[in-house]
Amino acid sequence: MNVKKIVNFIMFGLTGLCTLLTVGILFFILAYMAWRGASSLSWSFFTQLPAPVGETGGGMANAIVGSGKVLLLATIIGIPIGFLGGVYLNEYAGPTMSFVIRYATDLLNGVPSIVIGIVVWGLVVHPMGHYSAFAGGIALGIMMIPISVRSTEEFLHAVPSSLREAAVALGASKWKAIVTVVIPAAMRGIITGTMLDFARVAGETAPLLFTALGNSFWSSGYNQPTATLPAMIFTYAISAYDDWHRQAWAAGFVLLALVLTINIVARLVVSRGIEMPRGNA
Amino acid sequence: MSSEPLWNTARNAEQQKQRSPQYAVRPSFRPAVEQQSSAQIERKTAPAAKLSASNINFYYGSFQALHDISLDFATNRITALIGPSGCGKSTLLRSLNRMHETIRGARLQGTIRMDNEDILQHDVNVLRRRVGMVFQKSNPFPKSIFENISFGLRVNGMARRKDIPGLVERSLRKAALWDEVKDKLFQSAYGLSGGQQQRLCIARALAVDPEVLLLDEPCSALDPIATARIEELLFQLKDQCTIVIVTHNMQQAARVAESTAFFLMGKLIEFNETKIIYTTPKNKETEDYITGRFG
Repeated sequence: MNVKKIVNFIMFGLTGLCTLLTVGILFFILAYMAWRGASSLSWSFFTQLPAPVGETGGGMANAIVGSGKVLLLATIIGIPIGFLGGVYLNEYAGPTMSFVIRYATDLLNGVPSIVIGIVVWGLVVHPMGHYSAFAGGIALGIMMIPISVRSTEEFLHAVPSSLREAAVALGASKWKAIVTVVIPAAMRGIITGTMLDFARVAGETAPLLFTALGNSFWSSGYNQPTATLPAMIFTYAISAYDDWHRQAWAAGFVLLALVLTINIVARLVVSRGIEMPRGNA
Repeated sequence: MSSEPLWNTARNAEQQKQRSPQYAVRPSFRPAVEQQSSAQIERKTAPAAKLSASNINFYYGSFQALHDISLDFATNRITALIGPSGCGKSTLLRSLNRMHETIRGARLQGTIRMDNEDILQHDVNVLRRRVGMVFQKSNPFPKSIFENISFGLRVNGMARRKDIPGLVERSLRKAALWDEVKDKLFQSAYGLSGGQQQRLCIARALAVDPEVLLLDEPCSALDPIATARIEELLFQLKDQCTIVIVTHNMQQAARVAESTAFFLMGKLIEFNETKIIYTTPKNKETEDYITGRFG
């Protein structure tokens, strides 16, 4: 064997090994969380409130519901803005404008989540005088916007312009063509993007720590401090009690399962593909 | 697919036929033909012009695609635009229903009149309903056949809900597609063959009852049999509308068109009755192109 062949073989092995490692890490995390989390998981985790310090047992029912409330608010706030912004970006904005929007959107996406948290704290929590699910929803909603803009744009961009032409050539106004033809053609992708966006912020912790904060009882409405799974994991994991550590593992496992399920379902939706006219695909 | 007895019965179809003229002629859309200018009356040689382009200069950015084009499209006749690629024939076609406005940087100078009305002053959505277009690649919507045909009726608010099925059938019959699709109206249009898809696009354009139909190389992706069906269709349609067709296929122009315009490098070289263009062209370049010496 000459040197060329040896180098070739080594590089083949090295890159292959790293790929294996990449995939392996995912499965390692899954397996580890299943092992630590599932063993700590019990039915009461889903149904009961956190137990007072010193008592064993209890659950995180309030955090599960709280996460749901905060994420619902975030979706209501973030998705319409992101979606319509994406429509503008792909359908209306000129070349300069779309460059500016894309750039700004990517920068917003890159803003550390804790910074978004502190801004919402300053603008919502501080003036209101208390933490709330509402503030948490705003923080996560802001985080959803840039991802939603870009995924909406991406899927609208995949719709062939021949469909837009067909629609306006029949007397449809531009907006009518977008609503009746372009968006429906991209709908499946947009739904997928929204689900992935949702899953992406479901695990966000930093912005929730000083917006929704958390507590260990039921919060009614959206105007009170509200427990969420990620914040709960944080609080329980840094505590000094073994039982709380087990609860944190269980919560981590539940959160991971939720996010993975959404991801898998979302990808199934899009893998059914966007229909394209013959010869245009 | 559930059967739809509401409009499958012959009686219903008959009623639709009777009803259709009332919807077809919207007075506000059709200016009186009497109002023709003296300039147009003076043109005695050809039938009255439905569309009349004068002194068209067209630019894509700084590139001039059309140079001072003046051309009349006679009512209820088929006019073919021929010429080598890049000669501006599609550009002219697109400007006839202002589809060029969807292209960034495109700029049109000159006037285009339809029934002696300046189309550049016209409401563009109304204009495009009146001047339909069929594209080179068939572009049905990713919707059912029924939804494809009814699309124009719905976006233009042209028909009441209960009238739509009858009008869909009428359009499909006009495009000679009804018998092939009547059992799968609610299936995706993408299940149709290429030729059927193109006829679907023609039916879709006809559904809004256009006065002019523009076709941009409608057969370029079709086999000879599908092409023949579409040409046959054009013959039947010219009683109802004025047809302008861009084609690369010179036999096609010879077969379907009464008048032919030959373009070269953005200039109108020759425009005459097809017979004359093909037998005794006045211009050397036309003759060279027709006889296949270049292009």
